[in-house]
Amino acid sequence: MASELRYTANTQLEHLHARYTGTGHADISKYDWVTHQHRDTLASIVGHPTLTSYLAIADGESLGRIRFEMTEKMLQPCGPPPRRDED
Amino acid sequence: MHLYHLTLQRPTAAIQAIVGNFSGLRQQEIIVAHNASLELFRVDAQSGKLSSVVTADVFGSIRCLEPFKLVGSNKDYIIVGSDSGRIVILEFSESSNKFTKVHQETYGKTGVRRTVPGAFLATDPRGRSVMIAAQEKSKLVYILNRDAASNLTISSPLEAHRTACIIHHIVGVDVGFENPMFAALEVDYAESDQDPTAEAAQKMLTYYELDLGLNHVVRKWSEPTDSRANLLVQVPGGHTSAGVVEGPSSVLVCCENHVIYHKIGAIPHRVPIPRRHGVSERQGLLIVTAVMHKMKGAFFFLLQSEVGDLYKVTLDLFDEQVHSMSIKYFDTVPVARSLCILKSGFLFVASEFGNQCLYQFQTLGDDDNEIQYSSSSYPEFGMSPLPHVYFHPRPLQNLVLADEIISFNPIIDAQVSGTESPQIFAACGRGSRSSFRTLRHGVRVEEVVSCDVQSTPNGVWAIKRAENDPKDVYIVLSFGNGTLVFSIGEALVEVQDAGFLLSAPSLAIQQLGSDSLVQVHPSGVRHILFGGKVQEWTPPSGLTITSAVANQRQIVVALSSAEIVYFELDLDGQLNEYQERKAMGSAVLALGLGAVEDGRQRYSYLSVGCQDQTVRIFSLDPENTLESLSLQALASPPASICMINHLVYIGLQNGVLLQTVLDTSTGQFVDTSSRFLGTRPVRLSRIRIQGMSGIIALSSRSWIAHIGNSRMTPLLHENIDHGCSFTHDLCPDGFIGTTGSILRIFRTPKLDDKLDQTSTSLCHTPRQMVRHPNNGYFYIVEGDTNRAATDSFPGSWVSSVHILDPIKRETVACVPLDSNEAAFSIAIVPFSAREGQLILVVGTATDVILNPRSYTSGFLRTYLFKENGEIELHHKTAVDDIPLALGAFQGRLVAGVGRALRLYDIGKQKLLLKAENKSFASTIMTLHTQGSRIVVGDMQHSLNFIAFKEHENRLLLVADDTQSRWTTCSTMLDYNTAIAGDRFGNVFVNRLSPDVSAAVDSDPTGDGILREKPLLNGAPHKTSTLAHFYLGDLPTSIQKASLVTGAREVIIYTGLHGTIGMFVPLVSTDDIDFLVALEQRICSEQGSLVGRNHLSWRGYYVPVKGVVDGDLCESFQQLSNDWQRVVAAELDRSVGEVAKKLEQIRVMASGF
Repeated sequence: MASELRYTANTQLEHLHARYTGTGHADISKYDWVTHQHRDTLASIVGHPTLTSYLAIADGESLGRIRFEMTEKMLQPCGPPPRRDED
Repeated sequence: MHLYHLTLQRPTAAIQAIVGNFSGLRQQEIIVAHNASLELFRVDAQSGKLSSVVTADVFGSIRCLEPFKLVGSNKDYIIVGSDSGRIVILEFSESSNKFTKVHQETYGKTGVRRTVPGAFLATDPRGRSVMIAAQEKSKLVYILNRDAASNLTISSPLEAHRTACIIHHIVGVDVGFENPMFAALEVDYAESDQDPTAEAAQKMLTYYELDLGLNHVVRKWSEPTDSRANLLVQVPGGHTSAGVVEGPSSVLVCCENHVIYHKIGAIPHRVPIPRRHGVSERQGLLIVTAVMHKMKGAFFFLLQSEVGDLYKVTLDLFDEQVHSMSIKYFDTVPVARSLCILKSGFLFVASEFGNQCLYQFQTLGDDDNEIQYSSSSYPEFGMSPLPHVYFHPRPLQNLVLADEIISFNPIIDAQVSGTESPQIFAACGRGSRSSFRTLRHGVRVEEVVSCDVQSTPNGVWAIKRAENDPKDVYIVLSFGNGTLVFSIGEALVEVQDAGFLLSAPSLAIQQLGSDSLVQVHPSGVRHILFGGKVQEWTPPSGLTITSAVANQRQIVVALSSAEIVYFELDLDGQLNEYQERKAMGSAVLALGLGAVEDGRQRYSYLSVGCQDQTVRIFSLDPENTLESLSLQALASPPASICMINHLVYIGLQNGVLLQTVLDTSTGQFVDTSSRFLGTRPVRLSRIRIQGMSGIIALSSRSWIAHIGNSRMTPLLHENIDHGCSFTHDLCPDGFIGTTGSILRIFRTPKLDDKLDQTSTSLCHTPRQMVRHPNNGYFYIVEGDTNRAATDSFPGSWVSSVHILDPIKRETVACVPLDSNEAAFSIAIVPFSAREGQLILVVGTATDVILNPRSYTSGFLRTYLFKENGEIELHHKTAVDDIPLALGAFQGRLVAGVGRALRLYDIGKQKLLLKAENKSFASTIMTLHTQGSRIVVGDMQHSLNFIAFKEHENRLLLVADDTQSRWTTCSTMLDYNTAIAGDRFGNVFVNRLSPDVSAAVDSDPTGDGILREKPLLNGAPHKTSTLAHFYLGDLPTSIQKASLVTGAREVIIYTGLHGTIGMFVPLVSTDDIDFLVALEQRICSEQGSLVGRNHLSWRGYYVPVKGVVDGDLCESFQQLSNDWQRVVAAELDRSVGEVAKKLEQIRVMASGF
């Protein structure tokens, strides 16, 4: 029901989802949800200089490397999506 | 509970540094963005010294900065991207020495969010537009222009969004005066997120063009590039006004191991990045920062790798086409966040950790022996697979270090100790640049020369011979039985013929009028005219002079009959006695007279301090000479008085200094404040320093203050008995001081540095430290994952226990750990099983990989102390996890081993496990104990309160927190209260309810708490939050200590980025009401420079509770006078009262 509403009746909601990347919905898959979570976390680490420094000191890497690797990880933080059953 | 937060030392880590003509002068300036402040530096091209001009708190996190210059303008604006969801354009105004906001445009939500712009900024090099981008999707372009009145204007934003697209970097492309273009390095994840079979997403180099005619942004060109590309660098383009090609335009794409020159419709060029010989090649080599520099008719790039090597990249041009790109090793400097090249030939390295450095270019490395690698020497201009190329790192050849800015970033652990003069000991830095720093409040003193004058002087003066002398000529020393005069030349030479009476002690020595001198001695006033002629005034027979004061034109002496005699120099250079003498009625102890201002005939006030504990003010104006203006009672007899303009300093015999302002209309003292300086009577001396008047105050400690900053700062020097200022070629702005019979000449090179620091090198990154209670040595565990060596492997470590003497500032010993063990924690435990013998316990683990976490075994190493403070291994106990927290508890060791809390006692062969509690959620980070209570800081789950039941040997979890916080440091404030800091920059205070605490303690077995039901899936009780505050820096240590001898304790914290701050507990409700109201008023009057709401910033994660932000309150001083009056009036106080109250809190708590 909820999904029908989302896809048919409530185009405004759909628009909002497109606009606000990372917003969840009732039928979100586990993969999508966890991917969003990871992307938010990674973006937060890159965006907060103290967190980047903290990781860099722990890992013995340069800040540039940490920022780069974290941004790279944002692409597929939880690996490729699961295969969907054809229906 | 109410706390008052003050930052003592702002974070010194650089987020970014930019260079430009911010004040519109010819000289270039550097702006460094710290966490939440902007600092402007100037470089003195002659001396190569950096000086900080202004620092502004912005109360928001700055994420990126860009300088921006409109066409034809000579002044750079500053564009700031922050977490405020607003683009802000600032201007630096030279006249008011302030940053002012020119524009502030809101585009999104506050906070660091991945799709809200603020992460990247790129400006059009021709000054027409700016792009601000988020980490994902959003890019906004603003058009900047000037209106008829040549004010900067900003357009509404144009969107260049691309959904499902991660942005690595953006940069403005130099296209001359064609439509502005921006290059972005992006990855589109839309397909790879949906389709498991999709090919790996490609990294694209995309050009966005701002069509100025149509007023919109189009995606002009998009081409796949190297999948490990991370950075774009602008390449000059366009034409000069004379039509000469400035460069080929487009961008350099820095990738792992390669640099690519990419241009629309042209053949790309690629060169390998040379690697160091003999260094592990497990990981690619990344360029982390780059700078392009344009000179007349040429340009080059400096790229810096992640290990700090600089490479010079040049492009060979033919017309507008690139023929080849070349790269070669340039020099090695600390790894930077930003590099700035100044036109005056300096390179500013805003290091990511450690001190910021300024280098001067010696050469541009054009004709050295470094091998240059060119794209034209490789097939397909280097676009086919490239071999690795190498260089040998060497000492600096092209650069020379000109100056350094001290930066404590990162502070990893710190401790405040010392009762006499408390010091902050901090373990800072990373890798080979690690250091142990000792911070003391005070001004550093450099001794120029010292000599022994055999007996103890009771006064010292340095004077000129004539008014126009540029430097001092004589040093006069007064002794109990005579006076010594030295003339200052190559050496100090004693002179007999200067005209002074040498057989009597001196009370005052002064250069008088244009070219005469005066000496006041107990039996007369000796006026030495030019040419050696002497006129002497003698007091009536039977009387002697007890004290005297003089300035350039006036002399006042006090006679033993408690009378005051006043002399004034007339226009002919004759010294005239004022006919009336003024009787005081009480012995005169001190006289005060200010300096005569230029163009004036006299100083109009005289202050007289008497034995009856009063200070009287007299007028010296001709119409009412020696008329009493006011009388002020004191708490103790005065010892000396010093007047500077309308400021009066009164040093009392009980060691207190009073600082007051003379109200010229009434002669009354207003705004009096007092400060305890030491145990001896305070002796004051007026000085001139850096062209300003100031004073030195000498008690059992020596203090200095100048008019620019009236706060007294201790001089870090041994006691001085007498002192005066001294001017000489070798030592401008110097001082003379006597200590016993030793005469010293010294200077204060860094008068504005209120926090003096000394640094001792460490071998590796410090992790934790502990101070030995008896010998005072610091035992520091340090370690680094060793990546650089060729034989390194993932999880290989070098680690050691470093023993350091903080007084002598030297390493006592460095004990390395073998078998790939890494040390993480350290504690000194007095084991009661060994009659309280102190044993050092070090928590280590082998083959540690932090992420994903793995190790082979944890160990608890015990060491015995030797006589000389060195240590020897006693035994080693294997444990099942990494011990991150250790402590002493009731004569045993309490250890946080992974998620288990354990008690150990010492055995012959190993430590013996006595009790254990494994109910913690993640990993134990901190441990603090008091009585039978243990407070455990969990890595992810805040503070837990544990009760130990001795009879049952139970460690019982009593209470935890309702919020999960990632604890980094903590300390107990009292038995039921603890303060802690978390990884995201919050500091919070948790308290266990006293009822629960009492109930738990009165239960002998702990059965009661054991049977209680868990609350919210945790402990049976929850602590309540008393205070909460966001610092903006990651707290790394927190401690209860007092920074001023004998003052109340405050909470001192250090932050990773170099912050040192404190929380002052507020006790009176008056103070609380006043400060809360003041904070509210200022918050509404003064917007943040980056447009962040102060309350929302300080409540970044959790709303502020119980803390007043003193940093904001102190910005009261920066408000305009009108606003100050308005704010003060709303609080029913005067402006002076508000300022004084703030000053008082600060000085009482910190002494700073």
